[in-house]
Amino acid sequence: MTAVVPSASEVEEGGSRYDRLIQPARVHGTLYTDPSIFAEELRKIWHRTWVFVGHESEVPQVNDYVRKQLADQDVVMTRDKEGEVHLLINRCAHRGLQVCDDKSGNSSSFRCPYHGWTYRNTGELLGYPYNKGYGGKKQLPLGMGKVARVASYQGFVFGSLAEEGPSLEEHLGAAKGEIDRLVGLAPAGKVSLDAGWLRHKTRSNWKFLAENETDGYHPQFVHGSIFGVTGSPIGELYSDNSTAVTRSLGDGHSENDLRPEFRGFAEPMRWFGTTPDRVPNYVAAMKEAHGEDADRLMIEGAPHVMIFPNLFIAEIQVFNIQPVGVGECVQYSTAVQFDGGHELNMRMVSQSIGSVGPAGMLLADDTEMYERNQRGVAMADPEWLDVRRGLHRESVDENGFTIGTATDETGMRGFWNHYKTLMTAPDEGQDD
Amino acid sequence: MVTVNALTELPPRPDTAGELVDIPHGWEVRDVEQFLYKEARLADENDYDGWEALWTDDAIYWVPVDGEGDHPRTTVSIIFDNRSRISTRMKQVKTGKRYAQAPPSNLRRIIGNVELLGGRANAAGEIDLEIGANFMVLESRDRGNTLWGGRTTYRLRRIDGQIRLAYKKVVLVDNEQAVPTLGFLI
Repeated sequence: MTAVVPSASEVEEGGSRYDRLIQPARVHGTLYTDPSIFAEELRKIWHRTWVFVGHESEVPQVNDYVRKQLADQDVVMTRDKEGEVHLLINRCAHRGLQVCDDKSGNSSSFRCPYHGWTYRNTGELLGYPYNKGYGGKKQLPLGMGKVARVASYQGFVFGSLAEEGPSLEEHLGAAKGEIDRLVGLAPAGKVSLDAGWLRHKTRSNWKFLAENETDGYHPQFVHGSIFGVTGSPIGELYSDNSTAVTRSLGDGHSENDLRPEFRGFAEPMRWFGTTPDRVPNYVAAMKEAHGEDADRLMIEGAPHVMIFPNLFIAEIQVFNIQPVGVGECVQYSTAVQFDGGHELNMRMVSQSIGSVGPAGMLLADDTEMYERNQRGVAMADPEWLDVRRGLHRESVDENGFTIGTATDETGMRGFWNHYKTLMTAPDEGQDD
Repeated sequence: MVTVNALTELPPRPDTAGELVDIPHGWEVRDVEQFLYKEARLADENDYDGWEALWTDDAIYWVPVDGEGDHPRTTVSIIFDNRSRISTRMKQVKTGKRYAQAPPSNLRRIIGNVELLGGRANAAGEIDLEIGANFMVLESRDRGNTLWGGRTTYRLRRIDGQIRLAYKKVVLVDNEQAVPTLGFLI
C-alpha cells in the first residue's frame, strides 16, 4: 500500500484523537467503521444531546402511547391525563424486562407481564402483586426509566438522556426557523406526522446519511435516473450554476436553501410541482391564514434541512435516523401532513410513497450509496474522505452563517465541526 | 382531480372494496398457477417489459407496512403504484442507473399454497378472480443475501382471451420491522 496521506497510526501522535481524525478538508475513514468510536458516540452524542424521537400528533389523545427508538433505547412515548408527553424507557424496575410490548395503543398504565408490576403512563410505579413481600403498598422508591429531558418544538418531540445541557431551543438554534417555515405552509399553523412510518434498514454508519441529506452535489448523479424519466426540474436546482445555497446553520445543522431559485421563478406552488389552479382550496386557505404573505410562502416552499443528529426534513417528508450499530442504522420516514391543508395531504402521501422508503424511487438509490459507501471505507487506501468541495469559495451571509453554492460541502463541514465539539467534550462525571 | 376535504370522501381501501363473491366461471386452477409462475419468472429474471405487459390499465401494485396496512391514500406504504407509476418505475430501472437495482439482484422465488379465494367486482362491473398464495424469494446482491417471504393477493382478468394482472398486494411477513432496500419486483 502506498501511503499518500499520513496513516491513522501516524496521525495518532499528539492532540486529541478527534482533532487528528477530523480536519478542515478531510475526515478519516475509521470514523465510520471503528466500534470504539461508535460506542463513544452513543455516550457523547446519542445519550446526551437532543435527539428527535417523534411527533405529538402520534399520541393525539390522552393516554395514547407509541413505541419509539432513541438510538439503542426502546422508549415509549406517552401522553398522560394532563396532556403532557413523556418518554419512558421500556424497562421494568424489577427485573429489567420490557414492560410495553404493543407498538401503540391507549392505556393509562402498563403492566409488566413477568411479575405483574404496574406503572402509570408517567413511569410512576403504581403497584406490585403480593405486596407484603415488600412490606406493603407504595413502599418501593422505583419507577420505569425516563428520558431525562423531553421537549417539543412545533410538535416535534425530542429527548435528551442527559439531566443537564443546553435547552432544546438552544440546541435547535437557527434550525427553529426552518421548522417554522414548514409549519407556515400548513394553513392551520400545525403539521401532523400521523401518516405512519416506513422503516428502512440501512447497512451503513449513520453519519453517511447525516452528511448526504444536504449534499447538493449528488442529486444529479444518484437521482438522474428518476429526474430523467419524469422530467423533474429538481435536478436543475442542484446544478453547477444554481442560485441555491448550502448553509451551515451552526450546531451541526445545515440546509440546502432553494429559495433563491424559487424566488427567481416567482410561481406559487412550483416547489410542490403544481400550480395554484390545481389546489385551489389549499391556496384559498393559505391566503385566509397569511393574507398578503401567502404568495411568498407558497413561492419559497418547504425547507430542506438536516437537524443534528437525526432529524431530516426534506420538503414534504420527515426522516428520523436512528443508529443500530457502527455499520447499521434505520431510516424512519413519513409524509408531512398540513393541518387545514387536506387538498395537499393525500398528494404528499402519494409522493412520499413514490420517493422514500425501501422501494422509493429516490431513497432506495441514496441508500444503495450509503451501503456502498460503508463497504468502500472498509478498504485500506486511501484512508481519508475528502470534504473540501467549495472551501475556497465559502462566504458569510447577512446573518453570519457560512454558505456555499448548491453543490458545496459546507453542510458536511458544519456537521463535523459540531461532531468534534461533542466528541471532545469530557465524559459526564469526569473532570478532564 | 379528486378534492378531498374529509376522510369520508376517501374511496374505499382497495383490498376490501366491495365484497368477495363466488369464484367466477371459466377459471382453471392450472391456468391460474401457470400465470402466477410466469409472473414470478419475469420478475425473477428482471424482464421489465414482459412483466409490465401483464398489467391491466387499472392496475394496483401494493406493498403495505404494519400487517395488512392502513388506507394507502392516507398512510405510507412501501409501494402503492397505479399503472402510471408502474410505468415510471420500469422506465427508471431500465435507465441502468437505478442504483438500488443496478446491478440487478439475483433472484429466485417459490410460490405455493395457491388458493382461488373468490371473485371481486372491478370498476367496469365485471368480476375479477381473486387468488391468495404464499411466497419466498431469495435475493442476492453485494449487500448480502436477503430472504423475503409473505403472502400475495392477486386479481386476474381475461382481456381478449389473455390472462392479465389487475391487482397485486404483497404482505411481507416482516413488514412490522425495518426491512432493507426492496429494489426488485416483489
